[in-house]
Amino acid sequence: MSTGPITESAPGVAPEGRAPGRVKRPRARSDGAYWGILYGTTLIFVVVCATFLVTLVTSSFSAWGHSGLGLITGTTWNPDKQLYGALPLIIGTLVTSAIALVLAVPLGVLVAVALVHLVPRRLRTPMSSFVELLAAVPSVVFGGVGFLVLAPYFQQHFYPWLQSTTHSFGPFSGTFSTTSILLAGIVLFVMVLPTIVAFSRDAIAIVPEEQIEGAMSLGATRWQTLWKVVLPSARTGITGAVTLAAARALGETIAVAMVIGNYFKVPHSLLQGGTTLASALATQWDGATTLTISALGALAVILIAITAGVNYAGRSLLRRANQGATL
Amino acid sequence: MSVTTGIGELPADPILERRALIQSIARGSLARRAVVSRLMLGVCGLAFLAASTVLVWIVYLLVAKGFHWISINFFTQDPLTPTVFQQNLLGGIRNAIRGSIVIDGIALVIAIPVGIVAGHLLAVSENVFANAVRSTAEVMTGLPSILFGIFVYEFMIIRFHSHFSGFLGGLALTMIMVPVIMKASEISFRAVPASIREAGLSLGLSKGVVATRIVTPAAAPGLLTAVLLATSRAVGETAPLIWVIGNNYVATWSPYKQQTAIPIAIYNGILNGASPLQQAYAWGSALFLVAVVLCMNLGSRLLAAFLRRERH
Amino acid sequence: MDSAITVPTPSGAMTTGDVEDPRLGAIAMRLKDVSVSFHGRMAVRDVSFEVPDKRVTALIGPSGSGKTTLLRALNRLHDVTRGAKVEGEILLGNTNLYSREIHPTLTRMRVGMVFQRPNPFPTMSIFDNVVSGLRFNGVRKRAVLNEAAESALIAAALWDRVKDRLKMHASSLSGGEQQRLCIARALAVEPEVLLMDEPTSALDPVSTQRIEELLSELKARVSIVIVTHNMQQAARISDLCVFLLMGDDGAGEQIEVAPTQKLFTDPTDRRTLDYIQGRFG
Repeated sequence: MSTGPITESAPGVAPEGRAPGRVKRPRARSDGAYWGILYGTTLIFVVVCATFLVTLVTSSFSAWGHSGLGLITGTTWNPDKQLYGALPLIIGTLVTSAIALVLAVPLGVLVAVALVHLVPRRLRTPMSSFVELLAAVPSVVFGGVGFLVLAPYFQQHFYPWLQSTTHSFGPFSGTFSTTSILLAGIVLFVMVLPTIVAFSRDAIAIVPEEQIEGAMSLGATRWQTLWKVVLPSARTGITGAVTLAAARALGETIAVAMVIGNYFKVPHSLLQGGTTLASALATQWDGATTLTISALGALAVILIAITAGVNYAGRSLLRRANQGATL
Repeated sequence: MSVTTGIGELPADPILERRALIQSIARGSLARRAVVSRLMLGVCGLAFLAASTVLVWIVYLLVAKGFHWISINFFTQDPLTPTVFQQNLLGGIRNAIRGSIVIDGIALVIAIPVGIVAGHLLAVSENVFANAVRSTAEVMTGLPSILFGIFVYEFMIIRFHSHFSGFLGGLALTMIMVPVIMKASEISFRAVPASIREAGLSLGLSKGVVATRIVTPAAAPGLLTAVLLATSRAVGETAPLIWVIGNNYVATWSPYKQQTAIPIAIYNGILNGASPLQQAYAWGSALFLVAVVLCMNLGSRLLAAFLRRERH
Repeated sequence: MDSAITVPTPSGAMTTGDVEDPRLGAIAMRLKDVSVSFHGRMAVRDVSFEVPDKRVTALIGPSGSGKTTLLRALNRLHDVTRGAKVEGEILLGNTNLYSREIHPTLTRMRVGMVFQRPNPFPTMSIFDNVVSGLRFNGVRKRAVLNEAAESALIAAALWDRVKDRLKMHASSLSGGEQQRLCIARALAVEPEVLLMDEPTSALDPVSTQRIEELLSELKARVSIVIVTHNMQQAARISDLCVFLLMGDDGAGEQIEVAPTQKLFTDPTDRRTLDYIQGRFG
């Protein structure tokens, strides 16, 4: 299938060299080499990607054979007893990402609004870079700051305050440790913020000036214009931004592994430890048996399905938003 | 009274009545609307300040906690194991720095040619194959990087009985860098004016010569941006490496021995951070790593901004 | 009752029944030495004229003469752009729009605007588009909204077309209908003056004719200031014409203000004659 275009393109090139035979022959040959190198190299990439997928899927076979669908629905993850239920990990993944998005979406969109409508136009790129540089900070550094600075502070001040103000309401109940699902969610919130800011800013910036002037000339205030006209017009792009941020949160590994406590039971409180699919991949492999490695392969396959799907959805939304703007 | 002219003549006009009603409601709600507007724009400004502060705060923390550990020894010595007699003995992270250079160097050597050539293909062809590759690259950039570590482990160590080494780490990072370089270099190649290409072809040069001698030099600054961006991402990666590089405490240039890397040194320092000494490693290494990564990222941004200006 | 409703003749000739100078009647808006500059560069200089009440005033002139710039100053739309500065006085009734007495937001609802290209809000239904101005200004009562929407849509000659599908998106309408929707949206807040910036330039001839017909009915309800660079259009629809021309330094200047019929048949200024005879622009 993928070799098809090579054979197609070579004759497709030849007619372009319209010069008479003597010149045409060497040129056609070197063009063939040109296309050969292009397609050959790209094919290596494609083959590696295919091998990547096949290797991980086949590596998970023995775990699927051992646990079946229990791999997804089972509530106990205990490699010592050969129990591989990933439900606590899936729940942990969804909950930490949800916390991150609940905090990051409003803040990120407001920051994007400020970048487009408060910051002078020529300062927009440098000011945006300032927020986007956060995305360049390696995740191990976020994890380190979360573990060494935030975690002790949370244990001493934030959790007690939270429990006293909410009267230990459901998600905030129970005894707490330094690392927790809530802390992981908050670290993720900071990590996905630049993604939301960057893509929402683009979505807000392409709303046509005519829309803004139309609202203003009806007597809308600046905020009314932004809230009722600009943000609704940008909603496809903003949804795309949020979806991409979700993909990043769902797949974040090291930072989460460092602050979530790696506790493999279905959590009852956000202040308890938990774990996620990606962080389990970082913490569970050391000294693992062959079957456990296979079970981790199964987690990897689940993670690929989730993050690739969410990522693809986000990119499609952004593409749709950009096409809408050019029409 | 700022009611319009002509109201006296036509007291029963429904339009004038409605105008008076609407204007009075508008006037009545104006104070509230204006306050809400100012308030919310203020909130936007505060949100922006808060988001900007995070980066400043992280850099401040790293400098405050890590800077006084950094000395010449920090770069030229391997880590020392504290003994009962010398509890405050501090080595350096030479092993991790050298490991990062080896691993990222291997990744660059493979990823630059593959990424740029594939990016060139995406820029010049618009067929099913190119579109499929483009989508694949997009999906690959969105995957959690640890998956590449697991893949290299499964494929090289389990299936082909290789062993932990810096080379395998380089392979894992290659898979992170190639899609990034590919997509960014596609954009740089597309930005080269078609007229330049066509001028070369009309002189009777082959497509290969035009691509390597004319188009690539024209796109070179953009390609450099792409490589910088990909490197700044790969240098900070921890997750894929923990599966494949093993560990070492003695600096080596060998790609076939077990290796370590700066982010791994930070990770281990924090997880084993019972002693202040090991945490010191973490803070010092983190400061160094963030400095390197931010410089690269900033460099690629400035280069890109400079290129945009040149083009206009 | 105002009897100034005129019907355009099929030949597109001058409107009739309106031979007196429209400036002698009631005045909706007064401009005194209005200048607009961007970042210190003058774009329009010292324009002074009076907008007659319930008449159509046309701003004409070649491109670059500052027609649109001047129009946008009349409802403080330049406040949105950085670096724009408006000097002089614009009086609506007895209030200077640029004084501290009146908030720009309130100015913009009293002086409505219709733009070159139809700009209905794409995420809102037809009904929500029409009443959006009312909602912006704090009107919440359903009865008022319904009544205003119906009245505005009837006035914009769109009611029969959309009354059964008010919930549909505005994008389901044709270009001409979208522009009439924008007119209805502007009318719904019952402005005293309606500004129109080349409202037919993006439309086909049939839609253009419908909107021109509409204008002669609308002026019973609201004073209209329209920018057009189509002189036939200005002649067909307006009662008063203001001719602007770019001066030596690039700033637009007012050359002549006259009742439309007089300006097109017997202009005072040589340059006006040149322009209407098509010698430039």
